[in-house]
Amino acid sequence: MTTDIFEITLLSLKVSLIATGISLFIGLPMGTWLALSQLRGRKFILSLINTGMALPPVVVGLFVAMTLWRSGPLGSLRLIYTPIAIIIAQTIIAAPVVTGLTASALQQLDPRLRLQLMGLGASPIQMVTSLWREARLPLLAALMAGFGSVISEVGASMMVGGNIRHQTRVLTTAIVLETGKGEFQNAIALSILLLILAYLVNLGLTLIQQRGAR
Amino acid sequence: METILGVKDLLVTRSDQTVLQVGSLAIQEGEVLAVIGPNGAGKSTLLLVLGRLLQPQGGQVYFRGKPIEQEDALTYRRRIALVLQEPMLLHQSVFDNVASGLKFRGLPRTEIKQRSNEWLERLEISHLRDRPAHRLSGGEAQRASLARAFALQPELLLLDEPFSALDAPTRARLLQDLHALLSQTDITTIFITHDLDEALLLGDRVAVLLGGVLRQVGRPQDVFTAPSDAEVAAFVGVETVIAGIVSTSHNGQVIVEADGLHLEAVGDAPAGTHVLFCLRPEDITLSHPENNMVSSARNHLNGHILRMTPSGPLVRVVVDCGLPVVALITRGSASEMKLTQGQLVTATFKATAVHLIPR
Repeated sequence: MTTDIFEITLLSLKVSLIATGISLFIGLPMGTWLALSQLRGRKFILSLINTGMALPPVVVGLFVAMTLWRSGPLGSLRLIYTPIAIIIAQTIIAAPVVTGLTASALQQLDPRLRLQLMGLGASPIQMVTSLWREARLPLLAALMAGFGSVISEVGASMMVGGNIRHQTRVLTTAIVLETGKGEFQNAIALSILLLILAYLVNLGLTLIQQRGAR
Repeated sequence: METILGVKDLLVTRSDQTVLQVGSLAIQEGEVLAVIGPNGAGKSTLLLVLGRLLQPQGGQVYFRGKPIEQEDALTYRRRIALVLQEPMLLHQSVFDNVASGLKFRGLPRTEIKQRSNEWLERLEISHLRDRPAHRLSGGEAQRASLARAFALQPELLLLDEPFSALDAPTRARLLQDLHALLSQTDITTIFITHDLDEALLLGDRVAVLLGGVLRQVGRPQDVFTAPSDAEVAAFVGVETVIAGIVSTSHNGQVIVEADGLHLEAVGDAPAGTHVLFCLRPEDITLSHPENNMVSSARNHLNGHILRMTPSGPLVRVVVDCGLPVVALITRGSASEMKLTQGQLVTATFKATAVHLIPR
């Protein structure tokens, strides 16, 4: 059991960190663009993203499962019941969170700051990186919220990962299994591990965040 | 002198409403153009267009004779520097803020350091260089913002009401310092303000913007003493405005009480009315108190001279009579009377010269 727990914990961490990382890669530019562009459909897209922040993991799980199912459109990739399937589902869950919170973080900045930066000769990229620096506290909060949304979800991981021992079993799915078997002690131990894990990752991010706190 | 910036038939509209309309305007190399006008007159809009931060709906802006669209926006913006009403500093040290524009330009580190330090020094904020910018006072922050702009050695400096958010003493000092820096550096500057004093002090020329339309451009003394139309006159003409309450009203004559002073005016506002007591500076006569001048004028106020600002053939004298009273006299009178700052004088004006505005 001990080696199992180690393996499960490591997989949970790996899958959720990768999903959060990809979400950041998508969400940071996307959220920035939504916050800064003056496009007409911007408000509509933002409302979609904000709805996406409340996507139920089981619904995401259902759609990803249908897509990756052997007979589904991407079935030939043989990804269903693999860690990659979990990463895909978790990315779909976390990306709107990171995007939406990035947009709101940048919209909270004084719009005149952009004028000031441009008036000092900042290129568009220099302006955006300066704005990110200014909004680093809420941006790291966005990242924490994204990680929090995937490390704790169970529905999608169960549906697309299948909770297969040594392959796709993560902490949350293992807790569901142990509870179902009536093995409450194991379930409690895994739960505590999950909490510690979430705490450690957020502690790290908080330390980075508060280093620049005002 | 070469024209550095030219404007032709500029038009800015916002949801079908004209916000700014400027037929033609030319800014000469090395001059300070003060753009004055009340709030909402389109002053900031003009500045944003000239800084290429806002695309006008019509017209053309020329930089050194060429339409500004001929070079890309970034190259153009790196010729200028912008200072806004709020200092808009980043959450970094004061030094990093002052250096930010230089860093954007990718200058060598030694040059960034040298130029930033020089301007920290010249704006007298060297001792604050390592302090986080958000822990500065309003005046210190605006000094940092000015240092950041000056360090860029811009071809054109755009200042958008940089002092309007500051308290009066801080503002006065910073204004004097900026005046000195502008005359030392000869940087072409467009200075936006709604404050006539600031315009008079800094502007080589003054442009009056009212309701989005450029109404008059000229030397300060011309604009202030020979306004082109009634609205410009109303904006620049009346310089002494005192809030008071009518204490007695009798036979078309009223006495207005303001800060312990009793002032006579012609009017029929009933006692207890709150009024604005307005005086044009040219209607005020100054004399030495010991002369005991006898005249038909009803109002005599003693006070010390707060400051004297020469403008062309005239001198604007601000007298502290408990309330600031602004008189406009000739240079001849000023030198004959040997007026100096701090001197006690009597300001005299007729009851009929007063314009009362009830509110």
